[in-house]
Amino acid sequence: MSETIMSKTVSRRKRKISASSIFIYAFLTLASLLSLFPFYWMFVMATRPSAAFSSVPPIVTPGGLLVENFQKVLEQIEFFKALGNTVIICTAVTLVVLLISSLAGFAFAKFKFPGKNLLFVGILLTMVIPPQLGLIPQYYLISQAGLLDTLSGVMILFFLNPLGIFLMRQYVSEAVPDELIEASKLDGCSNFRIYRSIVLPIILPAFATLGIIVFTAVWGEFLWQFTVLRDPEKYTIQVALASLNNTFKVDYGMLMSGVFWATVPLIIIFLCFNRLFIASITEGAVK
Amino acid sequence: MIVSKKRFVSEEKKDMISAYLYVSPFFIIFSLVGLYPAVYSLYLAFQKWDGLAPMTFVGLDNFRVVLEDPLFWKSLYNTLIIGVMGTAPQLIVGIILAFLLNLAYLKLKQFFRVTIFMPYITSMVAVALIFSVIFSNHEASLANYTLSVFGFDPVNWKTSEWGTKIAISLMVFWRWVGYNTIIYLAGLQSISNEYYEAATIDGASKMQQLLHITLPLLRPFILLTVFFSTVGALQLFAEPTVFLGNNAFTRDEAMTVVMYLYRDAFRLQSFGTASATAIILLIFIVIASAINLLLTSRIGKKRGVRSE
Repeated sequence: MSETIMSKTVSRRKRKISASSIFIYAFLTLASLLSLFPFYWMFVMATRPSAAFSSVPPIVTPGGLLVENFQKVLEQIEFFKALGNTVIICTAVTLVVLLISSLAGFAFAKFKFPGKNLLFVGILLTMVIPPQLGLIPQYYLISQAGLLDTLSGVMILFFLNPLGIFLMRQYVSEAVPDELIEASKLDGCSNFRIYRSIVLPIILPAFATLGIIVFTAVWGEFLWQFTVLRDPEKYTIQVALASLNNTFKVDYGMLMSGVFWATVPLIIIFLCFNRLFIASITEGAVK
Repeated sequence: MIVSKKRFVSEEKKDMISAYLYVSPFFIIFSLVGLYPAVYSLYLAFQKWDGLAPMTFVGLDNFRVVLEDPLFWKSLYNTLIIGVMGTAPQLIVGIILAFLLNLAYLKLKQFFRVTIFMPYITSMVAVALIFSVIFSNHEASLANYTLSVFGFDPVNWKTSEWGTKIAISLMVFWRWVGYNTIIYLAGLQSISNEYYEAATIDGASKMQQLLHITLPLLRPFILLTVFFSTVGALQLFAEPTVFLGNNAFTRDEAMTVVMYLYRDAFRLQSFGTASATAIILLIFIVIASAINLLLTSRIGKKRGVRSE
């Protein structure tokens, strides 16, 4: 008797859970499909002639023009050169930011010096300045220095990364024990030696997090790159892609092909390291 | 004794010098490309300058010109409308998605998390280009075809007042909703299970748990995303510029404040008014984030008190 009652309540609860869970799965599946669909459609269009985008009903299967459309892209822009420019800029900026941030983070975490708190608050405050506030003088500065249409002209602005110092300070103070530093000081290590052979190896995992944040941010930035780079030879991939949409009669197959080939490397890297990517976002935000 | 004291002092000094040395690169770069340009903008806002001829001091004239320009107000209006339509739904849907993804019994968690986050890794330019094809003016573009299936008339997505705004809001929503979901998810996961267990033992319903435990503890994360979204929305530039392509700086349906600033500076060579616009924008950003942060923090608290 009691057994049947129990099994009844269990099955009722099960049914209730499954009804709501169907709704939950349906909702999440819809969200996933809507997230993925533009990617898929970009791929379909990248393999079709331009006219295909306006066919009724819409074409939703890939065609055979994957290579041809990309050849048209190569006629319009210096695709690989632009991609290379972006990779150079992103790599250089990431390395410099990692160096600057870890050194400053080390100093803020492990040294006592007058004005320390004031300087640190100052760094945090610089995060609030919107990047467009100084856009015109920055542009003028770069042009006076003869750095318009150069990759270093683009890079220099991105070297400024207050968030990096903030994250590194957190990480160094949590992960590097004070005793270790004191002990190596007693052994006569110089401060830079301590940074290089003790702090640096310990904070390498944090470099992955900060590296991803910086690299992806610089990769996708548009306003500054668009302002500094006017010469198609010096375009980054973002500026080059944007220029594809600037003709009066746009070839949509060609356009989507350009976007597709510029996005695929990112998607592959993301799918391989998705945990790291997602962790970098939450760490940047939660800290 | 004396020797060791000397050594101690010099050690401290050495540390100080190292520390200043290590933090100096940031401050050198900051003063060069951050502080100096910001201060210079302030100065430029009171000058008439085309980038070539000598500057002339014009007092508050630039601010008057900008504030009397209907196009400036139009661009501010556009920015606010797109900002609200693009970010408010994003935050709400983000919380719902994070809540569902945090359910203990959910399967395929990793798959949903990755796919919903994926739009964020595409660049704003790529998103704007993909959406510019989906939301083309053409009668048979994907967006217009979808509308026709439901019996609606086609929309001029690139040239109409609401068409442009809706298309741009949708792409902002699509790209950022996963980002916010991930942040809320981290927030939910930071809440210890013990709270819920204790509440269940005390007989609190799921709804009460949501109001008394989840929302208050999630508040810092909500504040953070509201702040980021507000600042980001007011600085919108890449999406409309790339979406509209050729017409970006000649039409006004989707011109944002930063586009107005850019047009003044680099199309019309009016650096003074552009700098004035930058300062007005800064003031708006400060006001808007203050208001939004105040509202968000109050809503969370009030709810907690009311249901008590």
